[in-house]
Amino acid sequence: MALAKSTTAQIKDLAARYPSRQSAIIPALWAAQHEQGYVTDEAMHEIAEHLDLPPSLIEATASFYSMFLTKPEGRHEVVICVNAPCMLRGADEMMAYLHRQLGVRDGQTTADGAITWHSTIECLGACGGAPMMQVDHRFEEDLTPERIDAIIERLRSAPAAHGVAPKAAAAAPATEPAKRPSARPRAKRTQN
Amino acid sequence: MPIKPLLTKDFATENLHQLSVYERTGGYAGFKRALEMQPDELVELVKKSGLRGRGGAGFPTGNKWGFLPKGMYPRYLVCNADESEPGCFKDRYLIEKSPHQVLEGILIASYAIGCNLAFIYIRGEYLPQTEALETAIDEARAAGYLGTNVLGKGYDIDVILHRGAGAYICGEETALLTSLEGYRGEPRLKPPFPAVKGLYGKPTVVNNVETVCNLPHIVLNGADWFAAIGTPTGKGTRVWCMSGHVNRPGNYELENGTPIRELIEEHGGGVWKNRKLKAFQPGGASMMVLLPEHLDVALDFDAIQKAGSLAGAGAMVVMDETTCMVDAARRYVKFFHHESCGKCTPCREGTFWMANLFDQFEAGEAKTGDIDLLLDIGYNIDGRSFCPLGDASTWFPRSVIKFFRDEFQEHISEKGCPFKKSVQEAVA
Repeated sequence: MALAKSTTAQIKDLAARYPSRQSAIIPALWAAQHEQGYVTDEAMHEIAEHLDLPPSLIEATASFYSMFLTKPEGRHEVVICVNAPCMLRGADEMMAYLHRQLGVRDGQTTADGAITWHSTIECLGACGGAPMMQVDHRFEEDLTPERIDAIIERLRSAPAAHGVAPKAAAAAPATEPAKRPSARPRAKRTQN
Repeated sequence: MPIKPLLTKDFATENLHQLSVYERTGGYAGFKRALEMQPDELVELVKKSGLRGRGGAGFPTGNKWGFLPKGMYPRYLVCNADESEPGCFKDRYLIEKSPHQVLEGILIASYAIGCNLAFIYIRGEYLPQTEALETAIDEARAAGYLGTNVLGKGYDIDVILHRGAGAYICGEETALLTSLEGYRGEPRLKPPFPAVKGLYGKPTVVNNVETVCNLPHIVLNGADWFAAIGTPTGKGTRVWCMSGHVNRPGNYELENGTPIRELIEEHGGGVWKNRKLKAFQPGGASMMVLLPEHLDVALDFDAIQKAGSLAGAGAMVVMDETTCMVDAARRYVKFFHHESCGKCTPCREGTFWMANLFDQFEAGEAKTGDIDLLLDIGYNIDGRSFCPLGDASTWFPRSVIKFFRDEFQEHISEKGCPFKKSVQEAVA
């Protein structure tokens, strides 16, 4: 699926903003993910074309950063922190509760395609409100089972936070989440 | 005598994030005053104030600025808002509450070093904070604080807000610059230091969010006023992020030199659930553990270092008597393993093996000799890794082994975590 015209225009604007167009790679990846829900090989090739850089460089960068998704997820992303400051305030218990309520394992998507959840050891910057999680990159702090229930209920009916709901989400394979793009880039870069 | 907070003094004001409200509290007066001065005067002022960087290393800010080679342009200022140290959430608070204060600090620093294009590198997870800064930048541009010929003074400045995408290592300044250039966020060899060869190979200053927030106050009130606050080697205040087993976790801005006891007992309301304090960590995930006997140590770079730890980025993680120190260390080690960029072998492999061993301790599979093996791995990472991430991954676990070796022994002899059992018994 090609990127929307508005996303393409945004990427070209970004390339002109920075002293080096290469600096626009991460913002361009964000723009692609925002539109499509995750970063596809095709999107990385398009970004490469718009920035006039080799596709390998785009993938090299994309695969380093944990927030770029390489496969479709649910309409909503829930990430719960289990690092030490959160652990001290009961994050393990909240994670177990979240797991039980959603009925799918860490990294998987609920059957209705509404929620993908992850636990993370990467501190999310809300230790003062621990236990905490991020829902579509927004903070939910001082978690209790009641609060988790309310959040899940809200998310089940809420539309996706980003532009397009990835259609394949509910059919995500029941295996460990892929950390890197599995397929190598296939499309050829346009030669000028 | 306790002093009033500097950075957070107006944080109770409603809608402080809006430009008009920020201006009403005296906002941008510091930048206007700075524009009346010569850039060199500003560098001298900040040197004289004794302001030290709040990002972790505590390097004197004015000296950092002074290292820029004369006559080499363009120069860049990068504000490090990639706050990712477990236990830290002060930059998030400073940005959320008063994004214009951050921006004003950036404008002052940019003018002082002769930079016409500044960057804010904010971590990807801080989406609401990114939006707050975005709005602030737009407001400031519309009001003429940003752009060409700012306030008619002939100075041009623009600010680009750059959102990262999940990598702790990008808080290390050279990795941050590599990431800002669009590459994988791996650190670079120093020297050359960023002041000489930084972003795009140009002279660059990287300053933390809290550091730049001090600048408007220093410009308005003078170096002597600032130097009178705090301790002889730790001027001013710090925003301490307190988390863990206290009654009132949160951000507290305190004068440097305040005893740790006051932070934990008065501001934090003491250890929760009427339990006893077991240990605390004064600088975030990286820093060595301290004990109740260290409660009267001052919140100050040098005093905390003398006590055997480091103030780091100003996080205070409090642990009560029910805490399993092995598990706490295990989480941090797993964090460093996850965040190791993989560039150098001691960190990439060492954090993997440490994490592996810690999992064995927690699962009851550790053997006699594994404690010394952990120490041995630690010694072989510290001082041998490419950047401080590797070094720092060993500090907390090694200090925990030093003070709580018996807990490791118990994990071996009881074939598992003794704390999980006792907590379950207490609850039942």
